Amino acid sequence: MVDLSTSYLGLTLKNPIVASASPLSERIDTLRQLVDAGASAVVLHSLFEEQITLESHQLDHHLSHAAESFAEALTYFPDLTEYNLGPESYIEHVRQAKKAVDVPVIGSLNGVSSGGWIEYAKKIQDAGADALEINEYYIPTDPKTDSAEVERMYADLVKDLRRTVQIPIAVKISPYFSALSNMAAKLEDAGADALVLFNRFYQPDFDLENLEVVPNLTLSSSHELRLRLRWVAILYGHTDADLAVTGGVHTTEDVLKCMMAGAKVAMLASALLQNGTIHITRLLNTLTEWMEEKQYESIQEMQGSMSQQAVAEPDAFERANYLKVLGSYHKTSPLTP
Amino acid sequence: MNRPRATIDANQAVAEIAYQTNEVVSIYPITPASPMGEWADQWASQGDPNLWGTVPKVMEMQSEGGAAGTIHGALQRGSLATTFTASQGLLLMLPNMYKIAGELTPCVIHVAARSVATHALSIFCDHSDVMAARGTGFALLASNSVQEAMDFALIAQTATLEARVPFLHFFDGFRTSHEIAKIEELQPEDCFAMLNEDAIRAHRQRGLSPDHPFIRGTAQNPDVFFQAREAVNPYYNACPELVQNAMDRFAELVGRQYHLFDYVGHPEAERVVVMMGSGAETAEETVNALVDQGEKVGLVKVRLFRPFSAAHFINALPITVRRIAVLDRTKEPGSVGEPLYLDVASSIAEAVTASAEGGRSLSAQVVGGRYGLSSKELTPAMINGVLQELTKSQPKRHFTLGITDDVTHTSLAFDPAFSTEAADNVRAVFYGLGSDGTVGANKNSIKIIGDETEHYVQGYFVYDSKKAGSVTVSHLRFGPKPIHAAYLISQANFVACHQFPFLERFDVLRSAETGGTFLLNSPFGPDQVWDHLPASVQKQIREKQLRFFVIDAYRLAKEAGLGPRINTVMQICFFALTEIFDLDRATAAIKENIYSSYGKRGQAVINKNYAAVDSALEHLHEVPVPDQITSDFERRPAVPESAPEFVRHVTAPMIVGEGDRLPVSSLPPDGTFPSGTTQWEKRNIADEIPVWDPDICIQCGKCVMVCPHSVIRGKLYDPEHLANAPETFRSAPSRFPDHKELRYTLQVAPEDCTGCSLCVEVCPVKNKRQTGLKAINMRPQPPLREQEAENWAFFESLPDFNRHAIETSRVKEVQLMEPLFEFSGACSGCGETPYLKLMSQLFGDRAIIANATGCSSIYGGNLPTTPWTANAEGRGPAWSNSLFEDNAEFGLGMRLALDKQIEYAGELLHQLKPELDQTLIAEILEADQSTEEGIDRQRARIDRLKAALEPLGSRRDVLDLLSLADELVDKSVWIVGGDGWAYDIGYGGLDHVLSSGMDVNVLVLDTEVYSNTGGQQSKATPRGAVAKFAAGGKVSQKKDLGMLAMTYGNIYVANVAMGANDAHTLKVFREAEAYPGPSLILAYSHCIAHGYNLAFGMAQQKAAVQSGYWPLYRYNPQWADEGKNPLHLDSKEPQIPLEKYIYNETRYKMLALNNPDVARERLKEAQEDVYRRWQTYQHLAGRSSEKPTQSSGNGGNQE
Repeated sequence: MVDLSTSYLGLTLKNPIVASASPLSERIDTLRQLVDAGASAVVLHSLFEEQITLESHQLDHHLSHAAESFAEALTYFPDLTEYNLGPESYIEHVRQAKKAVDVPVIGSLNGVSSGGWIEYAKKIQDAGADALEINEYYIPTDPKTDSAEVERMYADLVKDLRRTVQIPIAVKISPYFSALSNMAAKLEDAGADALVLFNRFYQPDFDLENLEVVPNLTLSSSHELRLRLRWVAILYGHTDADLAVTGGVHTTEDVLKCMMAGAKVAMLASALLQNGTIHITRLLNTLTEWMEEKQYESIQEMQGSMSQQAVAEPDAFERANYLKVLGSYHKTSPLTP
Repeated sequence: MNRPRATIDANQAVAEIAYQTNEVVSIYPITPASPMGEWADQWASQGDPNLWGTVPKVMEMQSEGGAAGTIHGALQRGSLATTFTASQGLLLMLPNMYKIAGELTPCVIHVAARSVATHALSIFCDHSDVMAARGTGFALLASNSVQEAMDFALIAQTATLEARVPFLHFFDGFRTSHEIAKIEELQPEDCFAMLNEDAIRAHRQRGLSPDHPFIRGTAQNPDVFFQAREAVNPYYNACPELVQNAMDRFAELVGRQYHLFDYVGHPEAERVVVMMGSGAETAEETVNALVDQGEKVGLVKVRLFRPFSAAHFINALPITVRRIAVLDRTKEPGSVGEPLYLDVASSIAEAVTASAEGGRSLSAQVVGGRYGLSSKELTPAMINGVLQELTKSQPKRHFTLGITDDVTHTSLAFDPAFSTEAADNVRAVFYGLGSDGTVGANKNSIKIIGDETEHYVQGYFVYDSKKAGSVTVSHLRFGPKPIHAAYLISQANFVACHQFPFLERFDVLRSAETGGTFLLNSPFGPDQVWDHLPASVQKQIREKQLRFFVIDAYRLAKEAGLGPRINTVMQICFFALTEIFDLDRATAAIKENIYSSYGKRGQAVINKNYAAVDSALEHLHEVPVPDQITSDFERRPAVPESAPEFVRHVTAPMIVGEGDRLPVSSLPPDGTFPSGTTQWEKRNIADEIPVWDPDICIQCGKCVMVCPHSVIRGKLYDPEHLANAPETFRSAPSRFPDHKELRYTLQVAPEDCTGCSLCVEVCPVKNKRQTGLKAINMRPQPPLREQEAENWAFFESLPDFNRHAIETSRVKEVQLMEPLFEFSGACSGCGETPYLKLMSQLFGDRAIIANATGCSSIYGGNLPTTPWTANAEGRGPAWSNSLFEDNAEFGLGMRLALDKQIEYAGELLHQLKPELDQTLIAEILEADQSTEEGIDRQRARIDRLKAALEPLGSRRDVLDLLSLADELVDKSVWIVGGDGWAYDIGYGGLDHVLSSGMDVNVLVLDTEVYSNTGGQQSKATPRGAVAKFAAGGKVSQKKDLGMLAMTYGNIYVANVAMGANDAHTLKVFREAEAYPGPSLILAYSHCIAHGYNLAFGMAQQKAAVQSGYWPLYRYNPQWADEGKNPLHLDSKEPQIPLEKYIYNETRYKMLALNNPDVARERLKEAQEDVYRRWQTYQHLAGRSSEKPTQSSGNGGNQE
């Protein structure tokens, strides 16, 4: 019997498959399904800083708009006792999730500033979350903002969080840093217990019929995994923070590659939305079969086995490898005479 | 007992007592009483218990009649029941009130007194409503102030139980109902101490019960009715004393002693004023001031007007009284005098001989006068005028106060300089816009001062009658002594103008006192502002030696993320300049208030308001007042010189807030006003206006179609007209296929636009080089104002396109039809008015409109200016508003009159046929008037007919035909109103009118709430939406009015949503009008009460249709006659889930935020409603139209 267990954020997990933040973690019934299917931990959907702020401003605007303007209608809405504008409903969800499942529950915050909303992290902790994943998401559109400022902002947020909570913190970042290895070190210094590579931005699309920019989110595919594999493999051994892969994990092979690159866990979202929660069970079964066939005794045995430090050709992860890829393309292209 | 002080208005104070002391509360919205019902509904939805620990049943009814019937029923079952109302609402309760009183049933109805509509509707205060109820048998108890309103609510509730006489407790609408004052708040313990619980149980015991059955409500005959009616006398005889007992108990308990008639003034007064209501507060202040000056004057404040206890009244008067002036706040045309005057006069007359009967003998001369109709100001100067009049040997009888009556010369002269304002009071006046939050800030300020200091406070707020860009004036008083000044501030030691442009529109410093402070929100700093002030403002600042401060509040508010809401910024400046507290305390108090007011809206909201408070004062600057008047410009005239005489002399003063000085002779005696006056009132309320890009515009007309204020218009014209065009006037080659030779212009009326940007949102064209731009784009108005005003004037001078050549089935071409509804005072982005404008374009020149009370009657008919207008030939919609509840019947009456007149004119034509051109007569009688051309031909025939009739002399038949001939041209009768009317209060009448088969067109502007009174639920409110009176989200589904109408089979019925399909809307209006029977158009009207940016109103209409919530359909009985299915579904089956539509709107979202579980349940049910309704419609629309044959009908039996 192979040992699938791993450790992540100081938590012992029964296997390396974690359900990533997705609509499936928004409801308790689907959350249970994820765990029943074998997920070793669940990351809850994100509490968005902008969403809370936006809802607050919108509600205020519409309740105030046109009030006290006309003698017959000094307001247009009844004054309700309360609005669940803050994190309360989310916090309650954390509480319910903890009651509903017996695997670690990881709360998730999505934001970028160190504003008052950081207090929500403490509430998530107090609600029983085993760890916190912070999804840092910032598009630096202002030409006056340089990369150092952006990096400082990221690190400061992690520092603030570290001061606020005692539970482990995972930081989910994008690949768009000038010096990702250095950034990873900064985040670790700031207090990150794990790095989650990488978040997938909502990339806007163009609607050619209406000449409008429209939000668009497509599910991931396995080919997105390679970027993550590269960076996990590079970072492995250079940081004490745990590494996790999210984005592009669909198959058993994908999970194996993540582990070999050096990840402690592989997170799934798109694959579960496409195939249902039962997909976890299938992956675990085939993972076990593969390991048995290849005579691996444990997951931990393979973790980092193909990291940059461990492979025969460390430059495979660097520019030399780039040239190699191009060369192989030319050689194999059917269009090449 | 230590009772808390509360700074609240009378509506809240009264509602608190009513809610605490009752078990059943039936409610219905009517200004200014609506907030009482809203409070009751809110408390019940929160689960707040009454005195006995149980939550009262609060039920909104379909009308005040329904509310009265409901409490009658509840009372008959022995419950404690109450309701709140005013004006017309009280009149609708009268039949039940006679019954309730006739059955000796204890209850209290609380009334915020308001004018009853006569020559015009008015939402403001007088006692005409209350006086109409004085025959019902209800006791009438008047409170004069906010404190008294709370006190008397409890005294009334106490007395009614003991007397078994029902009570109407009233206080002055707005002046008291909406005045914020610091009062001692009665506590549940007080209520328990006052109420006789044995009497409550006795009342319960008298209730209908099958366990001890009896019959009540019999029909009686001449033999006993009279005697039975007299049997109540002992109860009415005992009532005054029981009320006084309650007042005495109240005094022991609380310390405030009231009497049935409270006398104040000199103990040996010779001249006495008698009155009731808030005016008595002003009179008290005046009398006290005069007594201090040594005058022997006094005031009797009438508390219990019915039953009128003459003995108590006479005893209240000082024996020295020689002359009495009775002031009534009502008018009874044709009466010897008004009600209070008559009671006082007869009491005095009876008192002359009273000593012989053991009473007190008293002789005095009594005169009476009217004051304060529709909240007309009553000032100390006027009261002084009355008391000085009483010094004359023959004081004027039946006078009026506060107006100039130059027709029947009733008005009483007075010295306007007389003032009793307390020297130690702070008096502050603020001019603001509704949208800038000024009133809200001032309400908070007065509450802060009331709560944080020992001062007495008073806040009163005046709003104009426009729903967009409305001007507000706040009047705040506070000081160490109780405030009795129930009148506006005319001597302010602090004036704030929150809107710089007001300086050019109003005399904002008129009320500023010498040495006072003037705070101006100014885009110009202290060094530049002086030269931007009109000369008269400079002069006032100098002559009144005002300290002058400026702050750029808009910039600061914007920086803090508050947008146009400058309230917080201006509020801290007010506190800083008036030095009520030290700054730290003021800042803390404001922040605390921000937290309590906005805290539940989220931390982000608190933060931005805090930021504004923190940053404001460093930008507040005192302006060194220069020695010289430097400006060479003045306030703009209210209307141009080119305006008609009536507009210049009557309308213009009203526009600038000086309507009070208009004399009686200037006003029409029968409520008839000229049409089309909004065109003269250039309000310039838009920050941005649409600007046309002729190069990319496809001239589709969609922007013209949706414009709620008819400010964007298209014209096709001959290029030769451009010869004298202003330099910046834009035009483009016509893109109308049949008129390629013409030029086209899309022009905006820059000074009438409200800046809603609906037009930009519906524009389908994008600039290919910069896709963020469309064929019209919003641009700042001020730099464009002058240029575009000139262009608009030129545009108007261009000839209208020939209506005969317009294909009225095309949206693109309908834009060429002149709207006869323009520049209304509706909300910016209103969803109703585009439908009215369309109707006016298509049929306005021959339309007669019956308009139910509501938003459409306010923006359609509220002075000073009105939007229904006429075309170049002088034809346009003839519009009238009767009431809220009777509109369908009102419109039907118009139809019946027209039909009768047409019939009679036809009969006269036949009679006169031998003397007239036979062909002409035949053509007139058989005219096809189904097209614009046909109508015009008929008009020409009528002109010929009139010309032919003239020579026939002054015979009755000729004169009659001349007076009726115009009716032979088809008229289009429109019955217009909102959902509150059509679904609720007017439904019975509407149903009857629809069933009549008469040719009327009913247009229901469905906003799904009572919009005009602030968004109370109607039966049109959808399931799950939050509305007032449905604070927990509406539980039941929306009534399907269209389906109900379809069951008659002979009514044209259609559901339209212009934003989803404008061509469909156009088609429906044309078909409905052409249908020779009743037609009903249900028009989806987005509304400010839905809670989203109305610029997206049309997109939201589309979402409503796409979700299947608002299916488009037409039911045309004529199709059934043609063998087709009469129902045609014009939209597709549900395309998007309901939540994609509803959660764009605050009315739904707030339930999800407040109670997610309930919201989820409601959404599920509402989605089911959509599917079920769609399936039903689909089934009906797909049904075979073939009638069942004999054989298929009863096959089984035949075999």
